[in-house]
Amino acid sequence: MFEHYLSLFIRAVFVENMALAFFLGMCTFLAISKKVQTALGLGVAVVVVLTITVPVNNLILHHLLDEGALAWTGIPALQSLDMRFLGLLCYIGVIAAIVQILEMTLDRYVPALYNALGIFLPLITVNCAILGASLFMVERHYSLGESVVFGFGAGVGWALAIVLLAAIREKLKYSDVPAGLQGLGITFIIVGLMSLGFMSFAGVQL
Amino acid sequence: MGLRKFIDERIAPHFHEGGKLQRYYVFYEMFDTMLYSPASTTRAGPHVRDGIDLKRVMITVWFAALPALLVGMYNVGYQANLQITAFGYDPIPGWRTDLVALYTGFDHTSAVANVLHGAVYYVPIFVVTYLAGFLWEGLFAWKRGHEVNEGFFVTGILFTLILPPTIPLWQVFLGISFGVVVGKEVFGGTGKNFLNPALVGRAFLFFAYPAEMTGDTVWTAVDGFSGATPLAMAAAGELDYTAGLTGVAGTSAGVDLTWMHTAFGGIQGSIGETSAVVIALGAAILLITKIASWRIMLGMFLGMFVPAVLFNLVGSDTNPMFAMPWYWHLTLGGFAFGLVYMATDPVSAAMTNTGKWIFGVLIGVLVVLIRVINPAFPEGVMLAILFGNLCAPLIDHFVVQANIRRRMRRKEV
Repeated sequence: MFEHYLSLFIRAVFVENMALAFFLGMCTFLAISKKVQTALGLGVAVVVVLTITVPVNNLILHHLLDEGALAWTGIPALQSLDMRFLGLLCYIGVIAAIVQILEMTLDRYVPALYNALGIFLPLITVNCAILGASLFMVERHYSLGESVVFGFGAGVGWALAIVLLAAIREKLKYSDVPAGLQGLGITFIIVGLMSLGFMSFAGVQL
Repeated sequence: MGLRKFIDERIAPHFHEGGKLQRYYVFYEMFDTMLYSPASTTRAGPHVRDGIDLKRVMITVWFAALPALLVGMYNVGYQANLQITAFGYDPIPGWRTDLVALYTGFDHTSAVANVLHGAVYYVPIFVVTYLAGFLWEGLFAWKRGHEVNEGFFVTGILFTLILPPTIPLWQVFLGISFGVVVGKEVFGGTGKNFLNPALVGRAFLFFAYPAEMTGDTVWTAVDGFSGATPLAMAAAGELDYTAGLTGVAGTSAGVDLTWMHTAFGGIQGSIGETSAVVIALGAAILLITKIASWRIMLGMFLGMFVPAVLFNLVGSDTNPMFAMPWYWHLTLGGFAFGLVYMATDPVSAAMTNTGKWIFGVLIGVLVVLIRVINPAFPEGVMLAILFGNLCAPLIDHFVVQANIRRRMRRKEV
């Protein structure tokens, strides 16, 4: 069992890296990667949000939305109800709510971290990597335990990618990039080359 | 100083201010500074008095790669001739083999025939690579108003050495163009890139043209030849690590394959990587002149050694790669070549001394992991080094941060 979880985790971090294998969460990935420190802060926030939202969405799927999931109510009309078409709506709502709750909790109990993260925290709501992880969870039929590990792993992978990108961009700050490519253009090229490097993990069977 | 005088009097005036060819000054400057160290020195600020400049560094690396080039070229011809004379394969039809047939014939015991047969494959690759390189380097230097970067001198030779001998020349052109332009020039040229340009070009070809480039089958320049690479044979459990393969035991490969063969050369593979001993010679040159970092080399070796030994101890019934001893890991495939020439690239490697250790170990570990547990790729050196390049800035960042913290603490006490 432990081995299974470990392989799932490693696959989520390296092989199926959210940012560099699926190119999810690109907007914040490109925008907030100028400095390693802030990238690290955002990365940690994404890890926390993913670790919470994926299992919560898993519970919602299996106890409310899935075909026959409402059997526990005992109402005959709900026995075979399939509400999976509401999935997308529910997942994004859950993500927004949890980010909001996380924000308020941090503001109340850990103001230092809240201030350090600043605007990045609400930004996470619109990070497609978060929704993507929930949708992958549905598609791959993860159990509750698996979705905790997968959420955590996907977050760690995304955080690793953004921190690597930030370090590279700090190093390239003094590069002599042609005028037309400065800023986002060269960052896109860097990300492309990074995913070439991450190809070394593609196909790892665990 | 006949040549110096000739350049100064006959050639230089055309390219300097007011000359007819002033617009092409960058091209003149490139060849002049390649032949002679420029006399101009830094005027202000602290500077070191030393005869070596970046161009001299690059030329040293180039000469360190030269033994691998010569032996590699010989080996390409030897392997092809061996297959033709001893195993009855036909030479690949075309002008190349017509030339060989005309002058020497296909005899694997004749050194001249082997060199010629190797040269007809290697020299066109070399020429195309350098032409493409000078084209792009010159274009960027000319249009962007900086001097031609000397880094390409090394990128070019290393790129040719990691190619299979039978690669179509248009792929050579495409690969080196991608490597130089996207891997280096868009960042501003030598010293400003973050990945090794030769490896970027090679990786581009690897993923764009998997049929020719993945190394599923071993490369030998004869018609219709197909056989497993030594690493693929090891993965299939066909390789006996104590005795190796002798005679025609590896039926399709048909050449002897013992550890001594992998160390001294004489096996099939990419052009420059087959002989570990010749690469060690290049390593000695780079280490004595202190151009390559011994920390990266040793780190990468240890990073390979420890997990390889661990895999040996753990053992596996289903995966024969677990049993491969470290000295086979060292000599097979591109490990030695990557260790000496690729990982030590001063631009794309980690800059700090502690960082170089971490960088080397990371690559070494990754190579063994890819080889042993990733069935998608038979060989992982190229991708492992690219991944190491990606991580190098972050490694440096944390090493520097740790150093700052340490010094702050010291100040407080």
